Amino acid sequence: MFAIAIVSVFFWAPSDADQGLSQRIFYFHVPIALTGYACFGWGAWKALRHLWKDDPNADLESYVAIHQGVIFGSLTLITGSIWAKISWGVWWVWSDDQLVLFLVLFLFYCAYFMLRYSVDPGPQRANLSAVYALFGVVLIPVSFLAIRLSHSFIHPVVFTRSGAQMTGTMLTTFCICLAAMLVLFVTLYQLELAGKRLDTRIRELKELLT
Amino acid sequence: MRYLSDVAALTRKDLLLELRAKETIPAMLLFVLSALTIFHFAIPRGSSDVAALGLLWVAIVFTSLLGLTRAFVPEREQGLMDALVLAPCDRSTIWLGKTIAVIAFLGIAEVVALPAFTLFFSGLTLKTVAAVALADIGIAAVGTLTGAMAVAGRARELIQPLLFLPLSIPVIVGGIGASATAGPKFLLFLALYDTVFVLLSWAAFDFVAAEA
Repeated sequence: MFAIAIVSVFFWAPSDADQGLSQRIFYFHVPIALTGYACFGWGAWKALRHLWKDDPNADLESYVAIHQGVIFGSLTLITGSIWAKISWGVWWVWSDDQLVLFLVLFLFYCAYFMLRYSVDPGPQRANLSAVYALFGVVLIPVSFLAIRLSHSFIHPVVFTRSGAQMTGTMLTTFCICLAAMLVLFVTLYQLELAGKRLDTRIRELKELLT
Repeated sequence: MRYLSDVAALTRKDLLLELRAKETIPAMLLFVLSALTIFHFAIPRGSSDVAALGLLWVAIVFTSLLGLTRAFVPEREQGLMDALVLAPCDRSTIWLGKTIAVIAFLGIAEVVALPAFTLFFSGLTLKTVAAVALADIGIAAVGTLTGAMAVAGRARELIQPLLFLPLSIPVIVGGIGASATAGPKFLLFLALYDTVFVLLSWAAFDFVAAEA
């Protein structure tokens, strides 16, 4: 899946008339960012499940999703920074809403880890993490609104109400990349979850032995 | 009705504690005055009034942080939290009582801070004052919840600013926007923030305050 995405980005999609080759980073940057949102959303959904239905697996699943989200978020900041350097000539621009929003979210979710690791494992930790994760998804639209209110808009708005402003091949490439990123997220998510569950199981067995 | 009298009793407890101990409010007052003095030297001569207004908001957020960090300390030191959780009242009353007390502390700090700001820097519009009042509600609501979270962990006070500051960024944006631009757009935004986060914190506190 990822191979198809890379091939189509470099060989199939037409170069942007205005930005040339550098525009191709768009096919990575935007899907990574969208996948990051998906991770945070999924994490919050699992957090809600934990608080509401008291689902015993939800806490770990929520944590793993947010962990992946922070990784995708950092990648967004890095790729966004590279793209900004190439197309605007600077590494960082405060006038770009999305980039600032990701910085805010990055700080927020780093605090999530601080919180999680300062509390001893148990139901209390699960509850606190879940509440904080829920605050996160509420913070996303609120900060987005705040940042949009506070700045002018530099980012090219690609998805408008009248539909995507891209040619057919570009849109297809974009969708392939988005699908590839989501598949990557699901794979990593399953992998980390399996690892964590194995870890817990081993600990339990160890305790049984001693 | 029961609910309201519970909240009133808890708020009274916090205000009485402060009245007797006299710890938080003098600290907040001194802090905000020192911060404003530092800002006087931090911004070069000839900077615009808007820059000074920005610093006013920084001072407000950090002063509130000082108060919020202390908010759950008495509960922790005396082991009061367990008793409160066991008390036959809705747990969200603990949050609401504490939030109202924090708003009162913040209000007292700002009664000194805002005139001091006009004295040191520039005059304030009525809109800025309204924005400060709206921001207080949001800051107190969110900060009380993160404060309760922070005392549950090992890191305690250390973690409170980390939890609170990312959540306070929209308040800063709304506050500075309301001070610096015309129109009620930013005041409405602050009101929206208050509504959303007050409801969320109120609903979520049940899960945060558990028996230790």
